[in-house]
Amino acid sequence: MSHLRFGANPIRSTYLIDQANFIACHQWNFLEKLDVLARAKRGSTFLVNSPFDADNPAETWAQLPIEIQETIVRRELKVYAINAYKVARENGMGGRINTVMQTCFFALANVLPADQAIAEIKHAIEKSYGKKGAEIVAMNIKAVDATLENLYEVPIGSPDGAVRRQPGMPNHAPDFIRNVEGAMLVGQGDALPVSALPCDGTYPTGSAKWEKRNVAQFIPVWDEDVCIQCGKCVAVCPHATIRGKVYEPSELETAPATFKSTDSRDKKAFSGLKFTIQVAPEDCTGCGICVDVCPAKNKSQPSLKAINMQPQTPLREPEAENWEYFLKLPNPDRRTLDGTHIRTQQMQQPLFEFSGACAGCGETPYVKLLSQLFGDRAAIANATGCSSIYGGNLPTTPWSKDAEGRGPTWSNSLFEDNAEFGLGFRVSIDKQAMFAAELVQALREPIGADLADAILANAVQRDESDIYDQRQRVAQLKPMLETIDDPRAKQLATLADYLVKKSVWIVGGDGWAYDIGFGGLDHVIASGRNVNILVMDTEVYSNTGGQASKATPRGAVAKFAAGGKPSAKKDLGAIAMTYGNVYVASVSMGAKDEHTLKAFIEAEAYDGPSLIIAYSHCIAHGINMTTAMSHQKALVESGRWLLYRYNPDLIAQGENPLSLDSRAPKQGVKDSMYMENRFKMLTKTKPSDARKLLAEAQADVDARWKRYQAMVNLHQPETLPE
Amino acid sequence: MDLTTTYLGLNLKSPLVPSAAAPLSDDLDNLRHLEDAGAAAIVLHSLFEEQLVREKFELHHHLEYGTESFAESLTYFPEPDTFHTGPELYLEHIREAKAALSIPIIASLNGFSPGGWTEYAKLMEEAGADAIELNLYFVPTDPDVSGAAIETMFIETLRDVKYSVEIPVAVKLSPYFSNLANMAKRLDKAGADGLVLFNRFMQPDINPEELEVEAVANLSGGGDLRLPLRWIAILHDRVGADLAATGGIQHGRDVIKAVMAGAKVAQVCSALLRHGFPYLTKLEDEIRHWMEEYEYESIAQMHGSMSQANSPDASAFERAQYVRAIESFYVPDAALRVLH
Ligand SMILES: Cc1cc2nc3c(=O)[nH]c(=O)nc-3n(C[C@H](O)[C@H](O)[C@H](O)COP(=O)(O)O)c2cc1C
Ligand code: SF4
Ligand code: SF4
Ligand code: SF4
Repeated sequence: MSHLRFGANPIRSTYLIDQANFIACHQWNFLEKLDVLARAKRGSTFLVNSPFDADNPAETWAQLPIEIQETIVRRELKVYAINAYKVARENGMGGRINTVMQTCFFALANVLPADQAIAEIKHAIEKSYGKKGAEIVAMNIKAVDATLENLYEVPIGSPDGAVRRQPGMPNHAPDFIRNVEGAMLVGQGDALPVSALPCDGTYPTGSAKWEKRNVAQFIPVWDEDVCIQCGKCVAVCPHATIRGKVYEPSELETAPATFKSTDSRDKKAFSGLKFTIQVAPEDCTGCGICVDVCPAKNKSQPSLKAINMQPQTPLREPEAENWEYFLKLPNPDRRTLDGTHIRTQQMQQPLFEFSGACAGCGETPYVKLLSQLFGDRAAIANATGCSSIYGGNLPTTPWSKDAEGRGPTWSNSLFEDNAEFGLGFRVSIDKQAMFAAELVQALREPIGADLADAILANAVQRDESDIYDQRQRVAQLKPMLETIDDPRAKQLATLADYLVKKSVWIVGGDGWAYDIGFGGLDHVIASGRNVNILVMDTEVYSNTGGQASKATPRGAVAKFAAGGKPSAKKDLGAIAMTYGNVYVASVSMGAKDEHTLKAFIEAEAYDGPSLIIAYSHCIAHGINMTTAMSHQKALVESGRWLLYRYNPDLIAQGENPLSLDSRAPKQGVKDSMYMENRFKMLTKTKPSDARKLLAEAQADVDARWKRYQAMVNLHQPETLPE
Repeated sequence: MDLTTTYLGLNLKSPLVPSAAAPLSDDLDNLRHLEDAGAAAIVLHSLFEEQLVREKFELHHHLEYGTESFAESLTYFPEPDTFHTGPELYLEHIREAKAALSIPIIASLNGFSPGGWTEYAKLMEEAGADAIELNLYFVPTDPDVSGAAIETMFIETLRDVKYSVEIPVAVKLSPYFSNLANMAKRLDKAGADGLVLFNRFMQPDINPEELEVEAVANLSGGGDLRLPLRWIAILHDRVGADLAATGGIQHGRDVIKAVMAGAKVAQVCSALLRHGFPYLTKLEDEIRHWMEEYEYESIAQMHGSMSQANSPDASAFERAQYVRAIESFYVPDAALRVLH
């Protein structure tokens, strides 16, 4: 929400407007959520971006929520509307409505005579777009003219509309989420009393699912006959809004009429079970990534796949019902599910869902994978950056919990200390687990030797079954402690959960790991403690608008590197490998999802520091976000990103710790680089620099490949001379 | 021994001209290598009008995408002061090539309809191009557009370009016309200084396993020369424009054939992409050896000697030859009945 004041004299003080002469609402769906007209002055003007055209002004009135209609009538507002998305689309502006809405503002608001204002807008367009070419100027000017043709006044009818304003959160949401977070969501946070807020700052997880943003114009629709049940769509979805499950056929008896299902193709693990891929229609962002990676094509009509984008509106209701039904189907038992292959692993429940990251974000699929694999026992320290914003920006959080109420514990810390923050988790968890074990030992008699010994003998907990069993023992222990008359039993009751293994994750972006938090990161991996570090490398400071970091590759244009970054990307993985006892992996989900999965599992299993550097595409790359995952293949083929794993455990087994998992670079880096605007735009701004940096970037890649090959050879077990 | 020829009013030291292709000519060093290897002139890769416009829109889209959505990141890229989104880079390349090389530089313009973009020809001339090759590359798929309409569009495009420049203009065209001889004659009359035969369309392939269409730039082979050879022989005596052969020139002997059919120059692309720039020197050596062996003194001496009008068997280039060719094709029945 922005407040804008105009006056004949310069305005120097900053304050918000209480009595607005003009209010514009750029998103129709805000009307259903927010009290948009709260600050409208009597007789003022209201402009709305409506889904209805000028030829049907009465429809705009009819579809306004009744509360808005009432305010309009009561305060005698003048109402104007425009179908801004349509005007923008028809004039080559895609989904960008800024120019359209701005033109309407100047045409209506009377801050300048309308003619003069429009002339000024056109002048400004020529000034700011002239350098990009006459075609771009013409497109924008055309949009201005089309705006004036399509702007219309809405006739004020009687306030008897059928639409009502919806509460911020649905009525069946938990109290705190509905009353407190719901209020924040509709901009009423300032009105909450301090006493409504949690006194220790701890917020419940699993709240993003109540938001139902409904932002997608198109959503994927599954074709069960074409699907090969590979799970790839589920893995890459940045928003966890497409999921797969297997279940007993009997579950279908009460299924909604349009719920889709087919036999599971996995006749071994899931023999006799049914399979479904289901989309959450109100949470999906319509990014299209899942459709792009789907490998199954319709044999008679290869332009169709096993999932295809279709308009959301008609699907919203039936699919929402199907989604609710799908969620109620039981999740497969983690102990029997093969978590080492994407196809089956992706049936693990994500405990990170519906984040507000950009549609198609390249970071969130990794976060989600982490939550599926280890979420039920993870403690996560999150550095500031995109992942802290989409991870835990009030009022809601995408971090959530499973049916037993288990889910990640999450907190955000600063850029400069996040690694240490996470190390603190480890130290504290270990200390508490140690103390709990001591107490179990001390209380061995009242607890019973069998249970106490079993608990203590299972400190390692290698797999899901071990963890399950240990949880069972702790569950058995807890009620017993209440009956033991010993102060140590009370103490153990508060610590018993630490007897089950926890997984510590330190998460952040490249700005944190390569730059501002690097000292701490280095300190933490040198500590030798069992922490897992996930660096989501977008090669740029994404959250603050694309500033260059040390992870930015040579030749990329970014803020503070407007002439293309003149130096090579820092090799964080190589630095970490020099310690010898750090597990290091470089992964790219779009290039090789199974490799990513393997690295996550190995990193967590390694009893020491682990570092995963994960290539994450980002809107700051200037790429087509829909094909961004498959673009990662080209990136890896060109050698710009290497796939490798360095596992110190292998040294003890006499094996080579370093495995280079991508192939020797094919073709040069040029083709894949110039598919990204961050590189390409330099050819349009500083062509000769671009040519030079391209040659140097190629040399960087060639040299790095040679270096890694040499490192692999260095570790090759020596063949003894005869 | 005299290898010189003339083409589009330019005096060339030999008929060997690398043809338009970015891998050959988009780098100044490559141009130098080609000159050193003996190129008599170079046709630069084409400037594609649609590509320029598309790139402008792409750049604009990416610079604006996702902006003004989050308070902390209103934009994702620095705003440059200038953009070179027009033909500037291509023009700069012409200028650099002219400064660095002493052989003639022929700029190539790719398009098919008349319009403002033909102005680019003027800019190419100003940048120093010695001639222009206008590539009329068009794959019509609309069944409602007649061949006549397309031919008229081509002629008008040529007229526009001729109107805007003083330097010679050659037209590179495809073999797919109902009556190519008529089209050639009309282009000749509309002012074409040369005809480059033929444009080779990149035919997409189908990958049946992946269910994908693959766009592959496939290189030509020896047999590909026959088509240009035939039409050069037919057109040699029928149009005034200089003729250039392109498509399938692999050996020195192919160049000889093209010249005998009536070509002033033989353009080479695939052979250089396959064997590298020094192959051009080898081609020239082969021409010299052949001329020595068969006692020719000059290229001019053999020019057009095997054109339809001059050749001992004029009908060989026409329909009668087809009947003869299939009659003389003999395979024993027994050979067809077994699986090899
Ligand atoms: C990679 C490649 C790029 C080409 N680019 C162009 C071009 O930009 N303009 C053009 O008129 N012809 C272009 N051509 C066509 C060639 O100039 C030439 O006419 C054709 O390949 C036939 O000659 P060849 O048998 O010697 O290869 C290109 C051909 C190839 C293989
Ligand atoms: S379109 Fe995007 S958000 Fe929606 S299900 Fe597919 S990947 Fe997920
Ligand atoms: S990616 Fe396609 S084939 Fe694979 S599970 Fe999803 S819909 Fe089915
Ligand atoms: S800016 Fe980049 S990393 Fe951040 S949410 Fe958007 S796409 Fe993801």
